[in-house]
Parts: sequence; C-alpha cells; structure tokens
Amino acid sequence: MQPFVKLTAIAAPYDRVNVDTDQIIPARFLLKRRTDPAYPGYLFHDLRFAADGSERDFVLNQPAYRGAQIFVGSENFGGGSSREAAAIAFSTYGVRCVIAVSFGDIFYSNCIKNGILPIRLPNEAASALRAQAHAKPGAMLSIDLPAQTVTGFDGNIHRFEIDSLNKSCLIEGLSQIALTLRHRDAIDAFERRYRETVSWV
Amino acid sequence: MLQKIWDSHTVLTDEASGEVLLYVDRLLLTDMSSFHAFDILRSESYAVRRPRQLYGIPDHFAGSTGNRIEHVADEERRVLVRGLAADCAEFGINYFELHDPRMGISHVIGPEQGITLPGFFLLCGDSHTSTHGALGALAFGIGGQAAHVMATQCLWARPLKALRVTVEGERPFGVSAKDVILAIIHRLGAAGGFGHVIEYAGSTIRALSIEERLTVCNMSIEAGARGGIVAPDETTYAYLKERACSPQGAARDKALAYWRTLPSDAGARFDREVTLDAPALAPMVSWGNTAADVVPVSGRVPNPAEEPNLVRRGTMERALEYMGLKAGTAMTDLTVDQVFIGSCTNGRIEDLRAAASIAKGRKAKVSALVVPGSGLVKAQAEQEGLDRIFKEAGFTWGHAGCSMCVGTNGDTVGSGKRCLSTSNRNFVGRQGPGARTHLVSPIMAAAAAVTGRVTDVRELMKEKA
Ligand code: SF4
Repeated sequence: MQPFVKLTAIAAPYDRVNVDTDQIIPARFLLKRRTDPAYPGYLFHDLRFAADGSERDFVLNQPAYRGAQIFVGSENFGGGSSREAAAIAFSTYGVRCVIAVSFGDIFYSNCIKNGILPIRLPNEAASALRAQAHAKPGAMLSIDLPAQTVTGFDGNIHRFEIDSLNKSCLIEGLSQIALTLRHRDAIDAFERRYRETVSWV
Repeated sequence: MLQKIWDSHTVLTDEASGEVLLYVDRLLLTDMSSFHAFDILRSESYAVRRPRQLYGIPDHFAGSTGNRIEHVADEERRVLVRGLAADCAEFGINYFELHDPRMGISHVIGPEQGITLPGFFLLCGDSHTSTHGALGALAFGIGGQAAHVMATQCLWARPLKALRVTVEGERPFGVSAKDVILAIIHRLGAAGGFGHVIEYAGSTIRALSIEERLTVCNMSIEAGARGGIVAPDETTYAYLKERACSPQGAARDKALAYWRTLPSDAGARFDREVTLDAPALAPMVSWGNTAADVVPVSGRVPNPAEEPNLVRRGTMERALEYMGLKAGTAMTDLTVDQVFIGSCTNGRIEDLRAAASIAKGRKAKVSALVVPGSGLVKAQAEQEGLDRIFKEAGFTWGHAGCSMCVGTNGDTVGSGKRCLSTSNRNFVGRQGPGARTHLVSPIMAAAAAVTGRVTDVRELMKEKA
C-alpha cells in the first residue's frame, strides 16, 4: 500500500448530502477486479456519464477538477451498501483523501484499507472548503497526516481526528493484517479460554 | 447486552487508539465481494485461521430461473461463483453449492441453519448482516475487512453506543413487522442510528416471531446503525432447537445456560432511548430514496416546500423528481408497474404465507415476482401449495437468491418503472438504472400486484373476511 504522509493537491467539491455508495459506484460494476484498467471510469459513473457515454455536468468532468486527488463532500458520505468497490473506485481514480462532515462507517474503514485518508470535519469547516473550491477551481489544499491538519486555500488550518491505529497504517503503508498478526499470541490465548466456555463455536 | 457480547469477545484493547480487537465466531462470504479478500490473502500469502467457522454462500448471483450454474446470468458471474467455490475448497471453508437444497440468501440461511447463535459475533461482507441480531447475536456488515478476519479470525472495532428502541402495545390489523421497522427508521432518520447498535425491546418486539424479528433487525442499517439486536428469549430457544448447526444434547444445555445470561440487566443504561406506540402504526409505503422517507398508506407524497431545512428540501425535491412523484398526491393514487416479494428482509416462509393470503383467488394486474429466501423456504412453500396460489394468481415463482432486491442476478426493474418491493433499499438505481422502488410489507406488495396500484391492504383483508 502506498504510504500517506502529506499531500498538496486539487480538491473537488461536491455539496450533496447522503451520497451513498450506489452513486459512488453503481451495482453493475461491482464484479470488476481492481486490476481492470477501466476502473477509474466507474467512479460516480452514472453522474459523470450519460447513457451514450457523453460527459454530464459533474464536478470531476470540469477541466479544473479533473484528476483531483482530494474530494470534499458533505453529510453522510458513503452511506448505504457496504461495497468495498466504492473505496476502490476512489483509489483507482487517484483520490487519496476524502473530506466530509460524516461518513458511512463501512465506507470509512474501506478507505483506510485502500490507502485513502478519510477526514471528518465540522460542517462549517467542510462547507468553507467546498465554497473555496467552487470559487477557485483547481486550487490546492494541503493535508498533513502526522500533524492531523487540513490547510485551506485561505490559509485557515483545520485540525481533524483519526485514531492512532488507522493513522499508523496509512503513514507506514502497512496492511492491517500484518499489524494484527503481531498479536498472534494474544489471539491464541483468547481462543483457548473462549472455547472452554463456548465449546460449540 | 451489547456490552456483554463485546466484552466476551475482546482479545485486547489498543490503548493508544481505543480500538478493540474482537474475536469472530462466524464469517459468511458471499459471491459478490469475497473475491477481493481471496485476492489479498493470496497476494500476501496469508493462511485462513479458522476455515470451519467460515461459510461461502453464492447468493447474489443465484439465478431465479433455476439452481444450477447455467442459470447464473452471464459468464462474468459464473466465473465469480465458480471462483468462490474453488476458493472455499482451497482454504477448507464450508460452502453451499448452488444446487444444495439448503442454499439461499446468507441472512436467511444463517439463522435457518443455526449458523447464527445467541451471543455470537458474526460478520459478513454484506450490509444487511444486522439481520442476524434477531437471534441475540452481535452481527455487522464489514465490507472490505473480510481478508483481515480470514487471516486473524478477529476484527478491530471502536466501542459502539447502545440505542434502545422500545415498541409497546399490540400491532393493529394489517400492520406487519416491516411497517414497525419502517416507522422506527422514519423516527430515527436515515443516519439517526450512526455509531450505535439498536436493541429492540418492548412488548411489541417480544411478541414478534423470530422471522419478524429478522425483518426488523435486517433494516437497522437503513437507520445508519451498525447493527440491531433482540435479546434471546424462549421464542429464540424454541426456534433454535431444530436447527442443523445449533448445539444439541449436553452442549445445548450448556449453551442455554450461557444464552440466558445475555439479555440486558434490568437497570442497564443506554446511551439513547426511543419509544414508539405500536397501536398508532399503519401499513407504510416509502416515497423517497431512503427508508426513512415513508408515510402511512393513507398518506400523501410530502411537499418539499414545507420543509424548513434547505438541504433536506433539496434532497426531497430530487427524490420526488427521480421517483416521478408530485407533492400532495395520495399514495393510493399511484399506479404500479412491477412487484417484488422476497429478499433477506421479507423472503421467509411467514412472509410468503402472508403474501399468498392476499394473492389467493385474485389475479395479478402487473408483473409480479416471488423469490423465496432459501431453498428450504421454497420447499416448505411448495409443500404448503403457496407456489400454486402465486402461479394461479399470475405471479412468477423463482428460485432462492437475492434476485430483484439488488438486481445482480439479472432480475431488474425497468427504467422509470414503479416497483413495490419487500426489500430494504429504495436508493437511486438500486433495482436497476432508473428503477423507482417503494418499500412495503409482503401483504402490501401482494395487494399492489392484484390491484395494479398502491393499495391499503386492509381493504382487501376486510373484503375477504
Ligand atoms: S437480499 Fe438484498 S439486501 Fe439481502 S443480502 Fe441479498 S442483495 Fe443484500
């Protein structure tokens, strides 16, 4: 996994609330493996493309935001179906960070697993960042994961919270499995005790 | 109860992050997304720690026209179904073949087989894993964490809050478990349960059968909650008695003694409490694109102009546009194009019996598909003659699987078509691009099928009586 430490990149704003994972990647693309070269095109597919393949008016289709590595959403981002493909779609598109007021739980952890930093910010901060991104298309935002800060185009610094486990996975680019297997002895010991009580497991 | 199950599965707590490593009793692997996990295991050379605690179930692509690989819609999906079978065989994981008579939707066969047991911590990649909470298990959908669970038999999780939803009183005539949960979600909002596990309590919930509790817990996620749970009781133990994988003999006595310690203690504290009166409920119909967007069948499409919150108003306006609805229209004035009865929400035998009681002796006016939740449900229904009732009424009778709930097997709702569905999601495009889904109970769906419009099922029920 690609480590995430600091990032300065174009931010694409999207104001809608309740952007569910069906919108992020429609169900018909769920069977694709992440190695599929067409995968980046599946991100927000039906919002980006009309049935005939022509481009719709969507933020990622505007020249200034094309290839944005940061995506700024609003409330309840990535709710709905638990499809991991939603995080894979962002990742293959090249998005490294998604900022929102709140996230679907599963989408949040899928982001971490795919090396994407999900950032929760209060409504005012997220709205301000989106307003700036609308006002100055293509302007850059700076993210510093060790310091847990987002710096807006206006120079305002917003601090965000992330738990240390997720943080170290992202910074080291380590898979969580490798981290957990460091606790193998504890898991073995737990399992022995547990099976004494719950023998029917 | 949440705390008890949580504590009994805690391997260790990472002090710095507050994350807890929880031991997993059961993991269900569906055909839909598990290939990602096997890809990761193989590329990073991890072994599966406890393959016998894992179950592979090819439910999303199971064809509704037959139970063989050739009934799977296309080659891409057949490759994935064969792939899951091969992956499970390679790692020694339990697997339900398509033609296995017990085969069906993960969340239907888990309880049916006794794979799901009280006090268990059960996971599945699919969001509606909350269903299994009906038996007193803590059950989460985990999306992309399956590889981690397979390699470690554990999951990292943050402590969750407990929300108790208490429903009291007798359910009125014509009000199903589905209507109860739709009313609960309406009250909580589509994100209202965020960060919580909902414990359903109160006399109305206690009086529900296990199948009805499964319907309720199934939709916990539609209120944004991580899971839903009902304390095990005599109803639960009776249900589990006959289940293939449920402990028998001396192990059952030991298990019973353990299960009886699980329910919340009398003075247990909850982070949040919500109460509802069952007698005030009516059959519900959704109008928008979340399960919180519901009105009683006697209601009307709400008017966005009356919504003071501007963000919310915008969402409503878009939902009405997508759904092809005009504010103020009476729900019962809506004509229907398609009906779907099935899914892990409402594809069990009691659901099919209820729907059949409405279909019986009537004729479907629109295309209506009935898909049992499992092979055993299908066999039971056929033994009771429900399939004949449906077929005589002009409904299509399918083979077990997810089918039109999500359309991944090829059963979809046409673009711009209005479908009354017993499934759990009415998102944009959920049942196919442009599909307009209205969530309802099985009897409401059957009523719509035989009248061709949204109908208050109570009128048909009275007619019959
Ligand atoms: S029936 Fe629908 S909700 Fe249930 S597991 Fe299948 S697709 Fe998911």
